[in-house]
Amino acid sequence: MQREVICIQCPRGCLLNVEFDEVKILAVHGNRCRRGIGYAEEEIYHPTRTLTTTVRVRGGVYAVIPVKTIKPIPKERIGQAMQEISSLIVSAPIESGQVIIKDLVGLGIAVIATRRLTEAN
Amino acid sequence: MQKRKVDLVVIGGGPAGLAAALAADEEKVQNIVLIERDIELGGILHQCIHNGFGLHYFGEELTGPEYAQRFIDWVAETKIEIKTNTMVLEIAAKGQEKWVYAVNRTDGMVIYQTKAVVLAMGCRERTREAIRIPGSRPAGIFTAGTVQRYINIEGYLPGKKVLILGSGDIGLIMARRMTLEGSQVLGVLEIMPYSNGLTRNIVQCLEDYQIPLLLSHTVVQIHGFERIEGVTIARVDANLVPIPGTERYQAVDTLLLSVGLIPENELTRMAEIGLDKVTGGALVNQNRETSIPGIFACGNVLQVHDLVDYVTEEANLAGRAAARYIDSQRVQGEQIEISPGNNVRYVIPQKIQEPITDPIDFYFRVTEPMSVGEIQFWVGKEEIYRTKKKFLKPAEMIRITVSFTNWEKMIQVGKLSVVIKEVS
Amino acid sequence: MEDYDVIIIGGGVVGAAIAHKLAEYELNVVLLEKESDLASGTSKANSGIFHAPYNVNPETLKGKLHLRAMEIGPKLMNNLHVPFKQIGALVVAYSSTEVAKLENLYVQIQKLNLPAISWLNQEQVMDLEPEINNKACAALWAKQAGIISPYEFTFALGENAILNGVRIYLDSEVIGLREQESRMEVLTTERIFQGKVVVNAAGLHSDKVGTLVGDYEFTITPRRGEYYLFDRNCGNIINHILFSVPTEVSKGILVTPTVDGNLLVGPNAEEITSREDRQTTRKGLEEVMLGGERIISNLQKGEVINLFAGLRSVIKETEDFFIRTSANCKRLIHVAGIQSPGLTAAPAIGEYVVQLIGEMDGIILRPKKSFGYYRKPVIRFSDLSREEQARLIDQDARYGQIICRCEQVTEAEVVDALTRPLPARTLGGIKRRVRAGMGRCQGGFCGSKIMDLIAKYSNLSKLEITKEGGNSYILSGVTKGQ
Repeated sequence: MQREVICIQCPRGCLLNVEFDEVKILAVHGNRCRRGIGYAEEEIYHPTRTLTTTVRVRGGVYAVIPVKTIKPIPKERIGQAMQEISSLIVSAPIESGQVIIKDLVGLGIAVIATRRLTEAN
Repeated sequence: MQKRKVDLVVIGGGPAGLAAALAADEEKVQNIVLIERDIELGGILHQCIHNGFGLHYFGEELTGPEYAQRFIDWVAETKIEIKTNTMVLEIAAKGQEKWVYAVNRTDGMVIYQTKAVVLAMGCRERTREAIRIPGSRPAGIFTAGTVQRYINIEGYLPGKKVLILGSGDIGLIMARRMTLEGSQVLGVLEIMPYSNGLTRNIVQCLEDYQIPLLLSHTVVQIHGFERIEGVTIARVDANLVPIPGTERYQAVDTLLLSVGLIPENELTRMAEIGLDKVTGGALVNQNRETSIPGIFACGNVLQVHDLVDYVTEEANLAGRAAARYIDSQRVQGEQIEISPGNNVRYVIPQKIQEPITDPIDFYFRVTEPMSVGEIQFWVGKEEIYRTKKKFLKPAEMIRITVSFTNWEKMIQVGKLSVVIKEVS
Repeated sequence: MEDYDVIIIGGGVVGAAIAHKLAEYELNVVLLEKESDLASGTSKANSGIFHAPYNVNPETLKGKLHLRAMEIGPKLMNNLHVPFKQIGALVVAYSSTEVAKLENLYVQIQKLNLPAISWLNQEQVMDLEPEINNKACAALWAKQAGIISPYEFTFALGENAILNGVRIYLDSEVIGLREQESRMEVLTTERIFQGKVVVNAAGLHSDKVGTLVGDYEFTITPRRGEYYLFDRNCGNIINHILFSVPTEVSKGILVTPTVDGNLLVGPNAEEITSREDRQTTRKGLEEVMLGGERIISNLQKGEVINLFAGLRSVIKETEDFFIRTSANCKRLIHVAGIQSPGLTAAPAIGEYVVQLIGEMDGIILRPKKSFGYYRKPVIRFSDLSREEQARLIDQDARYGQIICRCEQVTEAEVVDALTRPLPARTLGGIKRRVRAGMGRCQGGFCGSKIMDLIAKYSNLSKLEITKEGGNSYILSGVTKGQ
């Protein structure tokens, strides 16, 4: 198999042409340093992203509060994760760092608030 | 109308203002007033809920609100006086003193008679009108930052079928954000033949969600008289002029613009401070001091940054310099001008002024992308500094630190040029 | 069914001026406007000029009413507290051909014995306007010309009409019109109205209103004009309204400060078919910029904050106003073809139409004793001195809350616009009343705060707020798909 991946390890953004099979990388072309190879492997087999979004709030100065996953989650689980996060409503006040979801879609990864939100007066 | 004598007024409570006030406080400045027009400190960072902030400054990856919170918490531990929900109407230099006119609901109008001022008002977004896109004037055309606020702070969605013009970072980030909230993002158009966003954002905001990026394309006409119904898009030639015959109609209910940021220098202009036509910000020396002694500028009101970490560094510099000024009321010395040459769009600072003590940090941007460039500093016919940098892009600010040894010679010539030569 | 003496169709400056004049009499008057605010058509997008009669033809109705308006207009604006700056106009020639044309014009002016118009040589022009293109070689100086806000004038007329008993219905498009015995029946999308007289002041749509009673006497051709508006920091580069030498159909492209301190450049003149087609075009905008640069060579394109197009309603056959009773229907008065200088002439049009109404069956013009100029002036925080601003905030803390940072508009001003006799209900309505959102950020920062205030004072949800009524919603829903 073959895929193009843009490396984001540094600002130069090499366009990597990656040859791979089910289990391993066969070749990487277009990388201008070694870090491209490791990046290609991650992106092909285990791409992960930190998900940042918002959660609805009851009784806060604003209607939503920003949240993030405390660790990157597998890219293919983002849709499912958004669904779980979107169905939630939390009550103000909320502290920055407060755990909003303990175990996001069974990944064992928590979702935390990234700001402080006081109650509406 | 009250008058209050203070030592330092910092205008703007975003990342620049917060860091400048903190730096001045660390240098033992006594009466510092930090004025913010919004209801809370933190500025635009509150709506930048994505991560990627703080890698340089804190060595860890934070979201915008988290980055802001650290500074807000630090300020809370000081005796810096905070005035939120307060608007500065005018700054006027009155001899050694500066008068800052500010209003809010509870204090009414207050004139802060201060020794020094740090300008940290940030920037605003270029609008559809400013880039002069013809057509009708329906609802549904927004700047990306406005939509970012609606979605991330207020919880409103402006539309369902979205096209984004401009590949600036906010536009890319909003492409992902709107997709996650269920809008259909049809694509991002960029008039230049290269993207104006960070590579990381192209990958994680567009490629991850299969959102096409159309380079050398722009919107040439807006359609719909109540809500926007569609746009005509076209390919542009090397001179950025739309190519006849390449037009096509695209139905949308929302158009987002991410076509540049403009430093908000209305107050600066009122105070008759000299401005740089290219950056849109004040002309400053290495201490970020403007043409009026005792008035400093930092952050996006001085130059549009791409990393908040650099804003913080610049604000620290301005805050410390303001403290030195308040302490000594020092007179500015001899100065030399810095002129941007080949492939240098601008250089901050625009001048170096005596006394120079520390090595000086220069921030600048290239006009055109260059894979390897040699940055050269020239005084007259003499090259005094050179360094190589790879992968230069207009979207990515360059920062280098230079120490000067032959100040006398530089004064004689009166000018320092910065040029970038392509290395093959 | 609501019964009136006079029903006015159209809430532009003309309809509003007629309503206001009628309010001086013991008459029951209603005005119907199809859009969500007054001044939503031609009156919203034009040059905002109180024209001096330098190219007047006193033989035409347009000319007669223009001359009459020179006498009554300024006083009316003063009574209504409408900002009016009589800064004067220069009609400038840039070539020897144009000088010859200008000389002809000057001969006409002298024959007509028009006041306050004088000839300037090149040196005098440069003296008055140092920034003008240095190809300028002579000018006519018309001192009576001035600048006004066309929509504020319309709102003021409407407001004071309301304060004197006139009713105004918005969002009320007329879809049917017929004569029933000694009455007219007017059908809108919402209601049926009955009245002794109907005034057709429907502007671009006035011929369509005529056809509702089978009257095809005149046809309106929309003539589109495109404009650039520049930031306030450009408003003071010139001191006068600067016209080019007029052609047969148009006064040509002008450059003028606006009453709010911006700089306005436009319009071109293009005949189009659609009455709704207020689009700017690449070609039109280029023409306007070139025309503007002919007058001021160093226009700062980077300072453009808005572009817009307006449509003038023109009766091509005559290029004159058309104000008379319908041939098909003796209870219907057409007020049509009100092109430039319609804004200037509006008070005189009002007066003239009321005379016609007075001659109609069943109408007696009895002056109303209670009539007065009750409209309160609009307070503009940003125009006041710091001392006055401080005093205002002490009286009302909402003046200390800046909502629009570009134009320094306070919460008190926005609330005033939302609670006046003719309240704003849209973002556009607020913008045209208090300038919030009219500045360089074009509402990017303040739009949300203004929507909150509109929602509060109109009892609407934020999702129901529109830019200009109809389907011009701003927000489509809330996030999280709820």
